[in-house]
Amino acid sequence: MSASSVAGMIEVSGLTKRYGEKVAVHGLSFHVSPGIVTGFLGPNGAGKSTTMRMMLDLDHPTTGRVRIDGKRYAELREPLKYVGALLDAKALHGGRSAYHHLLCLAQSNGIPASRVGEVLDVVGLTAVANKRSKNFSLGMGQRLGIAAALLGDPEILMFDEPVNGLDPEGIHWIRNLMKSLAAQGRTVFVSSHLMSEMALTADHLVVIGQGRLLADTSMAEFIRTNSRSYVRLRSPQQEQLLDVLHRAGITAVTAGHGALEVDGVGAEELGELAARHQIVLHELSPQQASLEEAFMQLTAESVEYHAHAQPTEWRT
Amino acid sequence: MHAGYVWKSEWTKIRSVRSTGTTLALAAVFTIGLGFLISALSKNEFAKMDAHELRFADPTFISFVGTSLGQLAMIVFGVMVVGGEYSTGMIRTSLAAVPRRGLFLFSKIAVATLLAFVVALVTSFVTFFVGQAALGPYKASLGDPGVLRAVIGAALYMTLIAVFAMGVTTVLRSPMLSLGILMPLFFLLTPILGNVPATRKVAQYLPDQAGGKVMQVVAPEGDIAPYGPWGGFGIMVLWVLAALCCGWLVLKKRDA
Ligand SMILES: Nc1ncnc2c1ncn2[C@@H]1O[C@H](COP(=O)(O)OP(=O)(O)OP(=O)(O)O)[C@@H](O)[C@H]1O
Ligand SMILES: [Mg+2]
Repeated sequence: MSASSVAGMIEVSGLTKRYGEKVAVHGLSFHVSPGIVTGFLGPNGAGKSTTMRMMLDLDHPTTGRVRIDGKRYAELREPLKYVGALLDAKALHGGRSAYHHLLCLAQSNGIPASRVGEVLDVVGLTAVANKRSKNFSLGMGQRLGIAAALLGDPEILMFDEPVNGLDPEGIHWIRNLMKSLAAQGRTVFVSSHLMSEMALTADHLVVIGQGRLLADTSMAEFIRTNSRSYVRLRSPQQEQLLDVLHRAGITAVTAGHGALEVDGVGAEELGELAARHQIVLHELSPQQASLEEAFMQLTAESVEYHAHAQPTEWRT
Repeated sequence: MHAGYVWKSEWTKIRSVRSTGTTLALAAVFTIGLGFLISALSKNEFAKMDAHELRFADPTFISFVGTSLGQLAMIVFGVMVVGGEYSTGMIRTSLAAVPRRGLFLFSKIAVATLLAFVVALVTSFVTFFVGQAALGPYKASLGDPGVLRAVIGAALYMTLIAVFAMGVTTVLRSPMLSLGILMPLFFLLTPILGNVPATRKVAQYLPDQAGGKVMQVVAPEGDIAPYGPWGGFGIMVLWVLAALCCGWLVLKKRDA
């Protein structure tokens, strides 16, 4: 009950989507809260876009449901005033001008026409308002999609890979936009396949792989548990080193290229330990696992489209 | 969610793309132009006719010969109105704005139908007067029995052809596929089937063959149609309703 009494809450429960044989989304449950940016992360083909289409009642779930403040999307009166979404920047009629595209959307939800000029201004498209959108660049199309999402001044904003095609200035702009929308108490749900991007914007993370939920955690928690620091050791006397470490009660794991990795023990202590037993070290280096690495590790088993040139050598 | 909002939105959509003006203008030009040309040429034919032939002469219908070409532009109009949503991906943006799919579809079709009817009605009267002027002494006048019905009927026929195309495109969800089926169907197939005696019995129930009856004032010699002008038109209406129902079901059931 508590979940649905807060405005701007999205609840996804047991959501499954099957396209013929292909299960695109598999028993997904999570919720998205207002006032923060929730990152929706997953590798290509993980089911992010499919999930977002089901949130908007565009695709019908095979099983499961999505509720927005307890209602189905289709039950919302004037949905654009409640949920603004950018799913696909190309989902517009290229023969129509940016102005008319936004105007017809505004009119369908009883949004005053004056709002069209405002959002065009916010996204910086005022100068090309009367140009047909088929001639827009990728980034301009993306900005027009963002303008459409902002049109109804909605409580909830959903963006599917909004940084696609944006220039560095545009990326910076959308990051700040999302943060300020969340700071105003709105719900911001944004998908990406870049952990580094999410680390800069998201407060909460929902990670999926092959349609299944892999993690649902706060960003801080994710960083704390995943950005572990460890020490990498290499020695020509690896057997002896392992022995010594074992006797000292230190667990080491073998990584690729004859290296060992040790968690939770300082480099100094390890160096002294090796010296005491007269073990030659070729490497003794403190390391920091990046969030991107942590993300890739998390999704490694569920990555559908591997680049074959890349050998998989993640620590186990 | 007001229907009024959605109608207004669909009106903005339809008036803000070029294809609307182009297709409707072509429909008018083809219908009026070809009607005038054939009427002018028929004037000489009329002069050579004997009393028996003159009994079956239908000057009103002759002036509407151009609808056979004009209807193709109407089909393109209908296909573009609906198909433009699918080919561009706009459909997803549209349904996110108006998730009640029935309301969305019927508002779109209602607005497009009204616009098509206004254009078709003006075209119809112009076609009639221009055609009759070209026929000179053999002309029919608006006050003659059945003539006003045929003139308004021609406008209704042209409108329904467009609506039928809208329904079919909602089912097929692709403008290219819809045009590829509808154009040869109405330009070649049904006229041929309707003229070959062996197939005529069945073909007379096809939408254009039945609906076209409403434009006739005089039944042609050897007419076997078991329906009158409004009966034929009614059959066309049933076809259109069937296409719209299928379109609505497909839109409701399928993922956008
Ligand atoms: N309409 C559809 N018909 C059949 N399969 C589909 C359809 N839509 C998506 N899929 C499949 O479902 C899976 C999930 O696709 P989806 O687009 O949701 O992934 P994604 O996480 O958005 O990926 P990306 O990061 O590449 O955008 C993919 O394997 C895709 O091929
Ligand atoms: Mg996607």
